[in-house]
Amino acid sequence: MPTPIDAGSIGIDFAHLAPEIILTLAAIAVVLVDLVVRNKQILAWLSIAGVLASGVAAIALWTSGAGGASYSGVVITDLFGTFFKIVLLGGTLLALLLSPAYVNRRLSRFHGEYYGLLLLSTVGMMLLVSVGELISILLALEIQTFALVALIALLKDARSTESALKFLLLSAVATAVMLYGMAILFGLTGTTFIADMAVAVEARVETGGLANNLALIIAAVLILVGFGFKISSVPFQMWAPPVYEGAPTPIVGYLSVASKAAGFAVLVRLFATAFGQAGLDALDWPLLIGVLAIASMTLGNIVAIVQTNVKRLLAYSTIAQAGYILIGVAAMGNGAAGVYELAVSGILFYLAAYTVSNLAAFGALVALSPPGGGTDSIEELTGGAARSPLAGIVLTVALISLIGLPPTGLFVGKIYLFYGAVQGDLWWLALIGALNSFVSAYYYLRPVRRLWAGGGATQETDARRSPSLRASMALSAAGVIALGIIPPWAISLATEAASAFSP
Amino acid sequence: MPEAAVWIIIVAPLAAAVLNGLIIRPLLGPTTRLAAAAAISTIGLSFLLSLWALIAVWNNHEVILPLHEVLRVDEFSLRIGLLLDGLTAIMLVVVTSVSLLVQIYSHGYMSEDRGYVRYYTFMALFTASMLTLVLANNLILLFVGWELVGLCSYLLIGFWFTRPSAAAAAKKAFIITRFGDLFFLIAILGIFLLWPDDAPITFVLNDPDAPVDLLRAGGTVLTGAGLTWVCLGIMAGAAGKSAQFPLHTWLPDAMEGPTPVSALIHAATMVAAGVFLVARFLPLFDEAETARTVVALIGGFTLVFAASMGLVMTDIKRVLAYSTVSQLGYMFLALGLGALGPALFHLFNHAFFKALLFLGSGSVNHATGTFDMRFMGGLRRVMPWTYGVFLIGSLSLAGIPPFSGFWSKDEILGSAWSHGGALGTLLFILALSGAVMTAAYIFRALYMTFHGEYRGGESQESGATQNAHETHDEGHGGAPHESPRVMVAPMVVLAALAVVSWLANAPGLHWFTDMLEPLGAHAEEIHIVPAALGLAAGLLGIGIAAALYRGGAISAPSISGPLAPLARLLTRKYYLDELYEGVVVRMALYGGLWRFLSWFDSEKGIVDRAVNTFGVVGRNVGKGIRVVETGQLQTSLTVLSIGAVLIVAAYIAWGG
Repeated sequence: MPTPIDAGSIGIDFAHLAPEIILTLAAIAVVLVDLVVRNKQILAWLSIAGVLASGVAAIALWTSGAGGASYSGVVITDLFGTFFKIVLLGGTLLALLLSPAYVNRRLSRFHGEYYGLLLLSTVGMMLLVSVGELISILLALEIQTFALVALIALLKDARSTESALKFLLLSAVATAVMLYGMAILFGLTGTTFIADMAVAVEARVETGGLANNLALIIAAVLILVGFGFKISSVPFQMWAPPVYEGAPTPIVGYLSVASKAAGFAVLVRLFATAFGQAGLDALDWPLLIGVLAIASMTLGNIVAIVQTNVKRLLAYSTIAQAGYILIGVAAMGNGAAGVYELAVSGILFYLAAYTVSNLAAFGALVALSPPGGGTDSIEELTGGAARSPLAGIVLTVALISLIGLPPTGLFVGKIYLFYGAVQGDLWWLALIGALNSFVSAYYYLRPVRRLWAGGGATQETDARRSPSLRASMALSAAGVIALGIIPPWAISLATEAASAFSP
Repeated sequence: MPEAAVWIIIVAPLAAAVLNGLIIRPLLGPTTRLAAAAAISTIGLSFLLSLWALIAVWNNHEVILPLHEVLRVDEFSLRIGLLLDGLTAIMLVVVTSVSLLVQIYSHGYMSEDRGYVRYYTFMALFTASMLTLVLANNLILLFVGWELVGLCSYLLIGFWFTRPSAAAAAKKAFIITRFGDLFFLIAILGIFLLWPDDAPITFVLNDPDAPVDLLRAGGTVLTGAGLTWVCLGIMAGAAGKSAQFPLHTWLPDAMEGPTPVSALIHAATMVAAGVFLVARFLPLFDEAETARTVVALIGGFTLVFAASMGLVMTDIKRVLAYSTVSQLGYMFLALGLGALGPALFHLFNHAFFKALLFLGSGSVNHATGTFDMRFMGGLRRVMPWTYGVFLIGSLSLAGIPPFSGFWSKDEILGSAWSHGGALGTLLFILALSGAVMTAAYIFRALYMTFHGEYRGGESQESGATQNAHETHDEGHGGAPHESPRVMVAPMVVLAALAVVSWLANAPGLHWFTDMLEPLGAHAEEIHIVPAALGLAAGLLGIGIAAALYRGGAISAPSISGPLAPLARLLTRKYYLDELYEGVVVRMALYGGLWRFLSWFDSEKGIVDRAVNTFGVVGRNVGKGIRVVETGQLQTSLTVLSIGAVLIVAAYIAWGG
């Protein structure tokens, strides 16, 4: 006779999951309202309201401080997770704002599905950043993946369907590989709770020797494959270019920031908590991640140079950006407490700045694309600034930020990350990162030159007719600049969040 | 004999498979001749070591090899070892010698095929699996070999996988043998459950140090109804692998594979795995009288049933396929009577003459480009060597002395005769009528193929291009001709073996029975009456075939009228394919299970509407797959996998 479960004893605390619960309800509401209303614009506003409400709950969670573990230890409410929830909600908000302009033109059906799935995907990611148990991590990962697959396929043309299928198959393989790693990890430690793993890992590492640690290393590498896929790091990046090319543009923007942020969050949390310093030492962590970082940066930047399609260009750009962030992850492996915190807060700040920068770029792309959808070629941007000055300025700001030039958020972010690397005795990584930034200037500036060149078609753009799109562009560009000019506030928040992991 | 030498018997062909598949094929291309050298030399080594094993067993009856613990979970200890006794030694020699000859022959037969290296990879893997199955001294290892043999069979039947009929045949073979394997697995689980708790089960077949092992379990720890069911499960697995009724339907279709594969797997060795399995567990069957009777009856029925279908087939390989099913029936009949010696003796002889007949049919195909005997005829003039060896094989199969088939068939007839009683009489009548049909169908095939006038080969076969793949450049257009020496030589060796293999158990010598004596075999006396009846049956069959097909006394059309319904029944193979496909697959699976599952899926389903809200992908997936089929996805996955492997490899190389 099993004892009845007492809600208190396993720590069910709805407040800890309030943002997710609100967003789930909003998603359900969107799908239901879709059945009865004719004006689909309402769905967008409903979703935005849901995100805002969820955001309020997340901020409340932040101000209430660290809540610790609840739901039998499955859910971990700490500032680290909450920081990511706020970043994710911000990204979702910007993506939602720029959606109506695209959705109303390009999708004749499935508006309810579009918004509903977008919200559900965010729910999955928010859970992902705050669960501390392997099976729940997998579950959350799958929630967001499935939602994304459907979203990518939503255009229902050949390219969109193809890319959705590729994404589905490749992520299935990546997840399977990761699950295998998790199974080995479970076998080694006897628990699926990452908080309990560090002890077992440490004991195992202390017995010493590669032979003893081989299973641990294989587990770590296999798990890394799964998250390497999410953050599109080399050599697990192959899905990104075709998917970026085929999927609806706002979804690409959303995917490029949210999926990446969530992936990095779990990566940091899992490796910091489960493996502990002993585990990271055994893995020779800085070297492993450093090699991946260099590969991602270099491959992304070099291949981006030859792209003629803007969305493919941005795909390779995100691969390179993943490489920069990996520099921070590599610095995590340094034992010193100060460096550790510096590295993690650098990652957090960079991801926040990257979110607004990339969404600004995608917002401008939606605004500049011709009504029929166009070909997304760089040529098509010719004279864009004349057609829509706002979009021109926003795209320019976004691309400058992605290069890492002042006065933008990613300039500060890069300095932050590289500084952390230098402090962690990884000056060589910082150097290669800086060199890569120079290379990237070439391809990021190409669209900018086109944009401000004369000529080109003088079609009407979407920007004028959608106030929400303009709001999205303005907000994200403002965010980019704000993070670049007055970073201290955001930095202090990131540092506070990173302190969750101070060893 | 040192243990390492016995292990090398298995490891050598396995190494050839690994070398061919993982190194030679990726690096040197899919048609490198090196593959044959690797496979043939390693199997040659296995053959020599098998001879050594045979001599060792001959001297000591049984070579004791140690068991090695590879896994321990609480009480359960998995110990792996090899078992070398008379039964194993005979099987080893049969498998390695036929395999060796077939692989030499294949070098000629497959020389034009683009899958040359792949072919030798699978063949070497098959040989290694079969040797594992034969040598295993642990039921678990035996089962591993058993399943690997099934897998290789699947790969080789579907070797020309672009041909729909080959793919379908491979699938059919896989599913039907797997159906039998299911019962074998249940039997293994049954052993596990029935085993008493006080002595932990080890699954070791023969463990002299333990108080009881699997082969000695019958009547001691396994008794009564439980033992009967275990034995019946083993028999079901054997029936699947050895194509016994009602699981025989896959074997004739399996002829879609390359002909040397048919010779090796579906005539000589793999199908013998079922016989071997029952022979191996005969000590258990001895304690379960009912199960043994079932084995005998299945064998007796199958031998007549399959032979009757062999009478009407027009595809020479199908005639031989039904012949194989029928001859395996003889072996099961003998095993069911507890006559281990005659059963294995027949297996031994059959392996050689049936491989010979198959290689002969391959040689004919090589010359004419077809397997359809209606388009052959008159080949004895242009292919004297092939004709000669085929004739020897046919005489042997028909049971005409002094060829080997006579002696073993006589022993089987004799054991049914001396068993007596209702069962013995019934089995004897079945075996005798089978013998008439055997002689009739094989001489019908011989006359249609080699006698009379040449009827044009593949050129007249415009509509039936099912064997198009198997034709070779030499076979196209020109007149039929003798096959190259690399193909003739193995056939001659096999023919010589088909003439002399009976000496192994010749009356008065009994080497064969002596080797099997520790396993309970005893020398058969010569029974004059059954031997004379068997010979008469063979001659009668040959006479019928000659009368019908040698332009002789009776013309075929004159009897086809009254016999038409029977002929149709036989040509349609007793409608069993239709029964399986129509009733089992279509009605039970599609009609029942599938419809039930549709409730969760189709338009009228309840769950559907809810799913549809989010299920926008489904309808376009097909479209997507078409576009994805460009190889890019495979590239992505390859990069992903290689990336992960490289990282781990880097650790092993430089980490620490």
